[in-house]
Amino acid sequence: MTTTGEVILRVEGLSKSFPGRGRGHDVLAVDGVEFELAAGGSLGIVGESGSGKTTTARMLIGLERPTTGRILIEGVDHTTPARTARQWRERGRRIQIVFQDPYTSLDRHQTIGSCLSEAVSVHVRGRAGEVSDRVEELAALVGLDDRQLRAVPRALSGGQRQRVAIARALAAEPRILILDEAVSALDVSIQAQILNLLADIRERTGISYLFISHDLAVIRQITDDTLVMRHGRVVEHGPTPRVLDEPQHAYTRLLRSSVPRPGWTPESALAALSGADPTEDDA
Amino acid sequence: MTTPLLQVEALNIALPVDGELRTVLHDVSFSLEPGRTVGLVGESGSGKSMTARAVARLLPPGARVRGRLEFDGASIVDLRGEALRRYRAGDVSMIFQDPRSAINPVRRIGDFLTEALRINGGMSSRAAGARAVELLAEVGIADGARRLRQYPHELSGGLLQRVMIAATLAVRPRLILADEPTTALDVSTQAEVMAILGRLRAEYGMAMLFITHDLDLAAAVCDETIVMYAGSVVEQHRGASLHEDPLHPYTAALAQARPDIDRATRRLPAIPGYPTTAYEVPPGCAFAPRCPHAVAACTTQEPQLVPIGDGHSRCIRAEELRGRMLTGPSTTEGVA
Repeated sequence: MTTTGEVILRVEGLSKSFPGRGRGHDVLAVDGVEFELAAGGSLGIVGESGSGKTTTARMLIGLERPTTGRILIEGVDHTTPARTARQWRERGRRIQIVFQDPYTSLDRHQTIGSCLSEAVSVHVRGRAGEVSDRVEELAALVGLDDRQLRAVPRALSGGQRQRVAIARALAAEPRILILDEAVSALDVSIQAQILNLLADIRERTGISYLFISHDLAVIRQITDDTLVMRHGRVVEHGPTPRVLDEPQHAYTRLLRSSVPRPGWTPESALAALSGADPTEDDA
Repeated sequence: MTTPLLQVEALNIALPVDGELRTVLHDVSFSLEPGRTVGLVGESGSGKSMTARAVARLLPPGARVRGRLEFDGASIVDLRGEALRRYRAGDVSMIFQDPRSAINPVRRIGDFLTEALRINGGMSSRAAGARAVELLAEVGIADGARRLRQYPHELSGGLLQRVMIAATLAVRPRLILADEPTTALDVSTQAEVMAILGRLRAEYGMAMLFITHDLDLAAAVCDETIVMYAGSVVEQHRGASLHEDPLHPYTAALAQARPDIDRATRRLPAIPGYPTTAYEVPPGCAFAPRCPHAVAACTTQEPQLVPIGDGHSRCIRAEELRGRMLTGPSTTEGVA
């Protein structure tokens, strides 16, 4: 995994507040987040529900407008969502996203092949042959066969549908791919296949990943650097092995000690917890 | 050895799909003694949830059940009328993955918690309310009186799952069926919920059938773990032994495919292919098409679950492969 040192994504002082219940009590979902993603790098964002990791992803992809802060991709300002179709297309060639459950983002009547052709056609203006060549190339890259290209989403397994979602996101040849809990719902044996596939794609294309997950073992396997978020803030940031092996922040230590492994018991995890700040974000 | 609370023997279940019966469970046998925890581990379609549903008598209509399924010596399948009602309301309780889908969103926590106490326990509203506050205290919720007035959407997932456990305690069943009770929760909440479940189980002597996809979690909290694949039990073993001494190649492969929090590997030893269902299994061993240790006999000879060491394995090569199933990540190149 080589990075050139070039920064492809820079996020500065990013915040997002949503109107809260009651008078004037806005909820600060993301609070002053800053980071850089190196070209060809893989950055993990770790956090639990309410940490702001998904809101951050939604701002990066242009689904939410930041309250304050800046998003720069390849030096181009992406802070405010795209206004024109052309802007959307241009941005689509820089950054794409894969969600946890591809089933909800696929048209259930459309065959996989037609879905991929559509995604390719948006970005490739050329002969019909060029589009179908590119669809074949994408299918080969993610390991989908002809039979699967002729199928509708319902006929595919969860792992196969996630391959489709990855292929569709790659259709635009983006520089950055956000993976938002993209392997969390997969069976262990399939999750390993998809993680290997993602590693292969990064090596082959030099794409950069922003990998959002609550799963520290997955983060260890797929990322170079990691941000730990809690209540909208970055509480720890560093090379992944360092963050996981020598966590500096009490919250990172808590997350680490909560992961079941040989010799782990719920009681041992709670004993480690008693030293940390309270974690229950009560309603 | 004590008499088992739950005895499952040669259980076969088929469900009607498009007018034909399809096998979902094949020759499942195990027993659960009072106060013990048995884990059911497997991937989608392995039959782990179906096993729990069969125990809870929650199978879809038209299901064909063969084999023995007994609770405290009585056949669960034959329970009718009052006996079935008693079984479901008092003997067995189920805790689901997503507490939000198992609770009525427009009724207050208090209504939900006191229902069983009022209807089955014959308590007055006031007494039931007081008991509900006690139950919430037992699962670590201190401000119970306030929680009783709240609606499910006002509680976090972890709190709501504790409310579900409190509801289970109201009945004090002899058997808890916990179907991925912490999968939808944050990791730091998972330890809390598991610790509460463990403490209460020990205190009240309740047995638990714990269903999970997480081998590490099962190993940590279960006395014994059953690994299922394609509707069959492939390994039955003491929880702590699953990693060091797997008795079936599938268990070994599953343990190795999971990323390791302590180190990244160049490539994960993925299991090639996809999990299959009991209905689609080829002749011979269901795992053979994905198994790195398969030989010709594996595709023709149906393996039986046989004792080996301190557990059971459904693999014809179990004895010869024992201790050699875990290969180093560098030598096992997964097919992605």
